[in-house]
Parts: sequence; C-alpha cells; structure tokens
Amino acid sequence: MKTLEELRAIREKMQGQISIRREDVDRAYDSASESAAVAEDAPKYRSHVLVCGGTGCTSSGSVQIMKVLQEEIDKNGLRDEVCVVQTGCHGLCALGPIMIVYPDATFYSMVKEEDIPEIVSEHLKDGRPVTRLLYSETVTDDGIKSLSDTNFYKHQHRIALRNCGVINPENIEEYIGTGGYQALGKVLTEMTPDDVIQTMLDSGLRGRGGAGFPTGLKWKFAKANDADQKYVCCNADEGDPGAFMDRSVLEGDPHVVLEAMAIAGYAIGATQGYIYVRAEYPIAVSRLIIAIEQAKEYGMLGEDIFGTGFNFNIGLRLGAGAFVCGEETALMTSIEGKRGEPRPRPPFPALKGLFQKPTILNNVETLANVPQIIVNGPEWFASMGTEKSKGTKVFALGGKIKNTGLVEVPMGTTLRQVIEDIGGGIPNGKKFKAAQTGGPSGGCIPAEHFDIPIDYDNLISIGSMMGSGGLIVMDEDNCMVDIAKFFLEFTVDESCGKCTPCRVGTKRLYEILDKITKGQGTLEDLDKREELCYYIKENSLCGLGQTAPNPVLSTLRYFKDEYIAHVVDKKCPAGVCKALLSYVIDADKCKGCTLCARTCPNGAIEGKVKETHVIRQDKCIKCGACMEKCRFGAISKK
Amino acid sequence: MASNKIPFAGSKEQEAALMQIISEHKDDPGCLMPILQKAQDIYGYLPIEVQTMIADELHIPLEKVYGVVTFYAQFSLYPKGRYKVSVCLGTACYVKGSGDIFNKLQELLGIGSGECTPDGKFSLEACRCIGACGLAPVLTVNDEVYGRLTVDDVEGILQKYA
Repeated sequence: MKTLEELRAIREKMQGQISIRREDVDRAYDSASESAAVAEDAPKYRSHVLVCGGTGCTSSGSVQIMKVLQEEIDKNGLRDEVCVVQTGCHGLCALGPIMIVYPDATFYSMVKEEDIPEIVSEHLKDGRPVTRLLYSETVTDDGIKSLSDTNFYKHQHRIALRNCGVINPENIEEYIGTGGYQALGKVLTEMTPDDVIQTMLDSGLRGRGGAGFPTGLKWKFAKANDADQKYVCCNADEGDPGAFMDRSVLEGDPHVVLEAMAIAGYAIGATQGYIYVRAEYPIAVSRLIIAIEQAKEYGMLGEDIFGTGFNFNIGLRLGAGAFVCGEETALMTSIEGKRGEPRPRPPFPALKGLFQKPTILNNVETLANVPQIIVNGPEWFASMGTEKSKGTKVFALGGKIKNTGLVEVPMGTTLRQVIEDIGGGIPNGKKFKAAQTGGPSGGCIPAEHFDIPIDYDNLISIGSMMGSGGLIVMDEDNCMVDIAKFFLEFTVDESCGKCTPCRVGTKRLYEILDKITKGQGTLEDLDKREELCYYIKENSLCGLGQTAPNPVLSTLRYFKDEYIAHVVDKKCPAGVCKALLSYVIDADKCKGCTLCARTCPNGAIEGKVKETHVIRQDKCIKCGACMEKCRFGAISKK
Repeated sequence: MASNKIPFAGSKEQEAALMQIISEHKDDPGCLMPILQKAQDIYGYLPIEVQTMIADELHIPLEKVYGVVTFYAQFSLYPKGRYKVSVCLGTACYVKGSGDIFNKLQELLGIGSGECTPDGKFSLEACRCIGACGLAPVLTVNDEVYGRLTVDDVEGILQKYA
C-alpha cells in the first residue's frame, strides 16, 4: 500500500516524461528538466511515439504497427532514446491508425506497416519528419503544425478526455504522473463527505448519461439515507448505437473512473462499487481488469486507503447485450443476476437500489469529470458552459461527416461549430439534412437549428435530447422516414416487454412506419401515429418507452413533407425506401449490350441485342444490380 | 428464428470447467450472469443441458436460469458457426449502408440473421454498435474487425475463411 508521500514521489518521477506529451511543449520541457533533477530514477527518453490502441485504431491494425515500430527502433539502436507508448483513443478515428511523435506532436495518420522503417530511420533517428505520411492538414508552407493546432483539436476543450491518447492506460504510474489519485488523497485527508457533496453541487455537474440530473444532488440523497451497506455503480453500458465516448474513456483512462468512484463512495458512505460494462467492448473490459488490479496493488482501492481507514472495492460486471440495462433500475436488476427489467420508481435508487440498498449510479463520462473538479475547484468547472449546463460534453461524431471521431467541447458550442469547424463538414459535396442526437431516445435536428448552443435544455426545447452524446450526421441521401423506422425497429427489439405501452405500442408504431415506407400509408395513419406516440410516452414504465417515440415525433416535426411525399405522392425523395422506387432505362443512353438483362436475378429486363431494353416494373425486385453493372449510365432510380 | 438440430455433445472436461466456475462464483451476490457468461465461453452456447447443470448447482429453478438466458441477446440457445459473422446495424453504420452489406451476406451465405450454415462454418447475426463508428460500416468475423466497407468487399472477406 502506498502513502500520500509515495504517491507524490511516483508523480514526480513520472511527471518529466508525461509532460513531454502535454500540448504546451515548451513549458513542459522546463518542468521536465526540473523534475528529472528531483527524481533520478525517472526514465529519460528524448522522444515518445504514441500509437492509438483504441477500438477504432486497433480495428485498423494498430497492434501490428506497434510491433513493427518497436522492432525498427531496436534495429536502429534507439531503444534507450525513443519509447513506444500504447494509448487510448485520440479521437480522430477516421484517420486511424494514428501515431504521434513527441515532443513535437507530429501527427502521422493512416499509418501503414510498410511506412514504419522510413519513419523510424528518417524521423526518429535523423529528426526529419516524413511529410508525405503526415496528416495533410498539419503540413503547411510555414512548417509542420502540431496536433493541437489542427482544426479538429484546436476548438476542443478536454476534461473528461484529458488523458485519453496521452497516457498508457495499462500503467497506473502514468496516470499518477498526470496528477492521478491526487483528488482521492485530497478528499480523504482534507475534506468531509459533506464538503465533497457541496463541491459537486457547486460545480453544477449534471449526469452525462443523458437525463442531466445534478450529480451532487444524487450523492446528497444517497448520503442522507442510513444503511449498513451502500453502493456506487458506474453505468458503462453504453447502448446508444453511435455513441462511444464511455468506451474511449475506459480504454484510454480507466483509472479516472476508479478514482471518481472511490471519491463518490467516500461522499455517500459506500465501501463497494460495481462497474457495469458492455461485453461488446472487449478492450475496455481488459483495461478495466488491469486497472482494478493495479489500483489494488498500489492501495488506491482496498482496505485503509492512504492509511485513512477508508475502504473501497470495485467489482466488474459485464452486460450481455440488452439495451434496456442502460436504464438505472434495469442495470441494478441485471447486476443482481436477474432479467434486466426496470422497476417502478419510487423508491428511487438513492433509497432502495442495488440489493435494496441506497445506491448511486453515475455514467462514465460524469465520473471522468469528478477528480478534476476536486483538484481545480467547483468554480473552475462552473466557469465553463452555459447557465444551466456547466463544463464540457464529449460527442461521438459519426455518419456522414468527414472527421468521424470523438470530440469534447464546452457546453454551449453550436452544432455548426461541431459539425463544420471540428467535424470538417459533410463529405462528397452532399447537403446536410439532419443531425441525430440522443440515440433511440433522441431526435433529429434540422439545418434551421444549426446555430443553437448545445446544452441539455436547448436540445429538449427543439425536440431532441443530449443523450449520451452520439451525434450522427445525415445528408440528403438519408430518408427521415426510414431513419425513424430504423430507431423504432431498435426499440421494438430492445423493449424488455414488462409494460404494455412500450411492448405493444412500439410494435404498432413500427408497423405504421413500415406501412408508410412501403407506400401503403394514409394521412389518417399520420394522425394515428402521433396519438400513439404520446400514449407511449405518457404510459411507459421506464425511460426506454417514455422516449421511444422521440425519433418519430422529431422527424414528423421537421420533415413532415417527407412523410407526405411517402403517403400522398408515393415517393421517397431520398431514394431509400425500395417499394417507392422504380428503376428505369434511359432509351437514349441504352446501347442494347444485354448486360443488365443477364445481371437481373429475377428476369425483369427485356430487350434484344443492340435494342433498347426495358425493365418490367411488375417483376423488378429493386435490388439495383442492373444500375451497378450498366456501363453507359443508362439506368437510374426514381 | 434460428433452429437447433445438433444434439448436445458436452465433454467431461467442459463439465469440470463449468463446475469449477460455479464453485468459484457461487457465493458472490448476483453470480448467475457471470456464470452464464463463462459457461457460454466454455460450450460456445447455452443449451438446456448446461442450464440444467447450472440450476442444479445453484439450487435455483431452471426457469429462472432460462428466463435470464432468453432475456439477453448475447446468450445463445443454439450453437454458432466456426466463424461468427456479425454486421453492425448501429446508427452510424446504418446511415452509411450497413443494411446493404447485411443483405449481401444473407445472399452469399444463404442464411438469415441468427442462423448457421449447414456445414457449421458460418453463422450470421446483426449486432448493435461495437463502437467502431469511425470506421463505419463495419462487420466482424469472430474477433477480427473489417471497417470502411463497401458491398463489393463482402465476398473477398468471406473467401478468406473459405
């Protein structure tokens, strides 16, 4: 077990190295040399090469890149000068695998195995960056820009993600080197539980899982209830398709979550915590297991932490693919080893939660803010953001956007800034249609609200919600009726079946949407559907059902003309809904080559050699194979 | 729906491994889920025979075990293929055309979602977001991830496992 003094010694030992990777390079260098003087056993590499080991970059082959990199470094005799560090997600997943060379923060993107020898001999050995392989935006006439000066990074403000992509998540000493576990030390030795709760209340931190409940208030309620056992749970069951911020925090900085849970435990009087994490995140799970082991070994978890008599342990529970388990009561039921069905509230978890004991449940990103609030003070945190939404928010940019990845911006940043300045806009010259936030519980935001500052309350006022932070961009090729149907199909599938409004209501709603996309809808269906939406919202037991109609309501609000087109004109303007499309051959362009007729799997195309061909609409199954194959561009869909 | 015509063929070693897992976790509160997850690792799926063993050892009714197994999407009552092909139909992948990729796979493999080819080689399923949205659309074959896909890539990927 480590004491506070030992913690400081580790921090000083590591600081010099960690500061090489912090963005303010010059200052970091000064402090590096100072710390190096303090701690003689500190490692002294002149350069660090960071390779992203998040899910995105691992999927693009970063593990192999790292292996080859280390081999080349050894071959060039640089083993004692250059170290390779596997980090968590850097955020710019679209450009993976990502490799960053410090101290200059030179940014290599889409690195290939065969490029490594050149990068090592030219850049790492001889100090000449291989410009051809750098992220193109960083190569300018005035020299090479560092990572933090790129459009993607310079508008960001990283608190929850501050260590992601900076430290090795599998090494607790790197986390300590960034100031890790300092907040826990401060809380246990200098603050009472009430001080901690007051700090959280003053900071204005609200739950990042979606609903935005004030975190301090949740802790206060749980503290007020006496019990022989209380629990701190972490919701890492990030079920929103398209959201991966929690995964990135767990993969890139798992200790911040452990530290925050211990702080929460001290505040409410709990000695046991559980992290409920999706089984679909194998890298996050394995890093959490390592982090918990290391934290125990260093005495940051376990008995008598820092010699203060405070005990806190954390258990890991894996989900098994049920979206509803992201709902707080369902999550607790699942940890209890039962079917993950929600239960009615009240009683709220602060009174009767896990195993019927007072429990708090915080989302990963919420927890990732906690240690920084303790160290820097609540005023610092409250100085960022809007009046009612403080701090920053992490968004996962996905869909039709150039820079897909993870960004963290102050609350109140506009959608335009996020999508255009940071996200780089829509690719292929297409037109923006909508941004979807809040996953299956949220809504679609049209272009007319592009300049609205993003915070909890504004998003609700325009019919969407913050959700966990998935932000999926759609362009003119996406059909909004089809998107609404897509989300309903999701909720029908994930509805646990306990309450009728959700189980039956979402199914009926799906059927109406399905009818519309097949061109069989009527105007009456549109009205019926709206009524059904409100019925489901008002009568469902848990958040899943209460928010399930949101994608339908918001698309109806902003894209009613598309629904009308489907129902009245029997057309899908975006060309997505198959039943409403017809493939036709342009007689002027058709050369009569017969390729389409031979390609058609259903024999729907007729015509003789060197004569114009015709598609028989009654036989066409709308697979589009003919259009793909035609060499003269003679087939189009309408 | 998927169907199961393959008789249960658990070995003594598998049973011993399962008993070991059960005795390790038995006294933890809420131990059923972790035990089922590890049992599925051992057997590849959770047939009624395995569920019965777990129910007997934990002294809980079989229907309780069955209730939990059928609630969660990741527990399977049927054996999967040697190569588990799984297409992400999360939002980010969906808007980038993963639905077409899924259809192409159904066509090429001749099986539907949740089914296994008769030779036991491939099984196909749709999954929710795996968090690799930056590479959308993606599919996985066992633990291998393939990203930035087009419909034309699908055939080549399957051939790798042929």
